[in-house]
Amino acid sequence: MPNRRRAFLILAVLVLLALASFWTALAAGSIPLAAADIFSALLGREAPGADIVRQLRLPRALAGFACGGLLALAGALMQVLLRNPLADPYILGISGGAGVGALFAIMVGLPALGVDGLAFFGALGAMVLVFGLAHGDGSWTQTRLLLTGVIVAAGCGALISLMLVIAPEDRLRGMLFWLTGDLGQAISPWPPMLALSVALLLAMPFARELNLLARGLMQAQALGVAVNRLRLAIFLLASLATAASVTTAGSIGFIGLVVPHLVRLATGNDQRLLLPASAVAGGALLLLADTLARTLIAPQQLPVGVLTALIGVPVFLFLLSRQGK
Amino acid sequence: MNTPLLAAHGLSVDIAGRRVVRALDLDIAPGQRLAILGRNGAGKSTLLATLAGLREASAGRIELAGTPYARLTPRAAALHRAWLGQTQADPFGSTVLETALTGRHPHLGRWDWESTHDADLARSALAAVGLGSMETRQIHTLSGGERQRLAIATLLAQAAPLYLLDEPLAHLDLNHQMAVLELFASAARDCGAGIVMVLHDPALAHRFCDRALLIDGEGNCELGAVDAVLTAEKLSALYGYRLHQFAHDGQRCFVPD
Repeated sequence: MPNRRRAFLILAVLVLLALASFWTALAAGSIPLAAADIFSALLGREAPGADIVRQLRLPRALAGFACGGLLALAGALMQVLLRNPLADPYILGISGGAGVGALFAIMVGLPALGVDGLAFFGALGAMVLVFGLAHGDGSWTQTRLLLTGVIVAAGCGALISLMLVIAPEDRLRGMLFWLTGDLGQAISPWPPMLALSVALLLAMPFARELNLLARGLMQAQALGVAVNRLRLAIFLLASLATAASVTTAGSIGFIGLVVPHLVRLATGNDQRLLLPASAVAGGALLLLADTLARTLIAPQQLPVGVLTALIGVPVFLFLLSRQGK
Repeated sequence: MNTPLLAAHGLSVDIAGRRVVRALDLDIAPGQRLAILGRNGAGKSTLLATLAGLREASAGRIELAGTPYARLTPRAAALHRAWLGQTQADPFGSTVLETALTGRHPHLGRWDWESTHDADLARSALAAVGLGSMETRQIHTLSGGERQRLAIATLLAQAAPLYLLDEPLAHLDLNHQMAVLELFASAARDCGAGIVMVLHDPALAHRFCDRALLIDGEGNCELGAVDAVLTAEKLSALYGYRLHQFAHDGQRCFVPD
């Protein structure tokens, strides 16, 4: 029986976990900091290491949390939109489009703002392309949407390979880091934080309708859901959330696929709980992965996307093998 | 005169450019039960989905409780009619009770969660189809017949005055077929519900409905009282196979040649 109190309890636990991962992210690093100093730094007082917390670790932690939340939320929405448990935020080519834009910017040597700008532009381009092609004849079915997205993603993949081949040697490293996803390239944590809050606020009023949508379009419509309008809104929302994350930190993999499944396994498939819980859990998990990425073999930094994939692949395979039984 | 639960005037339905129903006039008053019969592919399900407002009519107009679908929000329509589809596919897991509770959706506000009242309604709907003991079961562990009864329980929880049922007996064994038909017959008799159902068995249609609509897939429809329409001659022509008619206790049965 779905129940508001149970949902709040689970969310409260997840928020506590997220706070703990924030704490780890602020404390861990090449210069370990004491709890009292972190508190002073957060409250704006002078303390040893205050600059490290305020100018390096906190912005990066916020950006990581926001990107993880955006990806997990977008993944949960895509899975409902396509009614396919294997859908992830990148399946409709949004990250491919962003990748083409970002890699082109890096290849021709644009500054960081230019890379972000072109990445976002590329993501929007892919979104408009997929929507235009899939919606063109008004049929707008799941299969058509999925196929269109996969084809656009494949096309973007080819362009990305092409650019990697022709790019000058000294740019390749930056391009590869962008592709695997790296929070070091985040300029400011506030755009993705804002995007996460807005996306969650916009999605939550439709959560119960999404429960119905997951069970079938005609069934949902017969039970009082304005199906076509809702699907369009979810497509736009999930795409823009993905674009915001990819623009900030590159295409970090597996958060958007695995986190909604983990949450679903633990709490059930009620979108009223699944959406916010995925956002918080995704944020916490990415934050944790990023802390590991920059401390495991410090001072060398790993791209966080590699770590999420290394954690995500076995977890997902485990879940999949359990589901079969 | 009371407003009928559903009224169609000059209704035409096309499938892929082919007209399967032409200029149909139909209304369903409270307590009335209509069976739709026809061959596979004749357009029974498409007609039913059109009557449910889930599909555009090619011509004509449909009014639900006196209001055209175009002027009703999907939610308002869901308060007036419930529709049972042929397939239930759930890519994601869910329990039996959660599924039955989805029928309460049109009754809840945007931020509402299901109340204990909603849960009671869902539980009694589950009990009515014999799934009372299964509310915590995952739906993918149910058999085809149990899934069908769960879909019917969801419909009962929706508590709309008009039921549009596409093959309600699919996957059901004999005793559950009779139980489901009795259930809807009593909903019509005791609560004034209107019933439209697509059936394949003319004998059951004759026994549980008061009118029948035969559609031949070429656009021709014949609507009338079951006694007049469900005869061996007309059904033989409809299905393209010779049937013999027998009478037993005021009921009709039809046996293929």
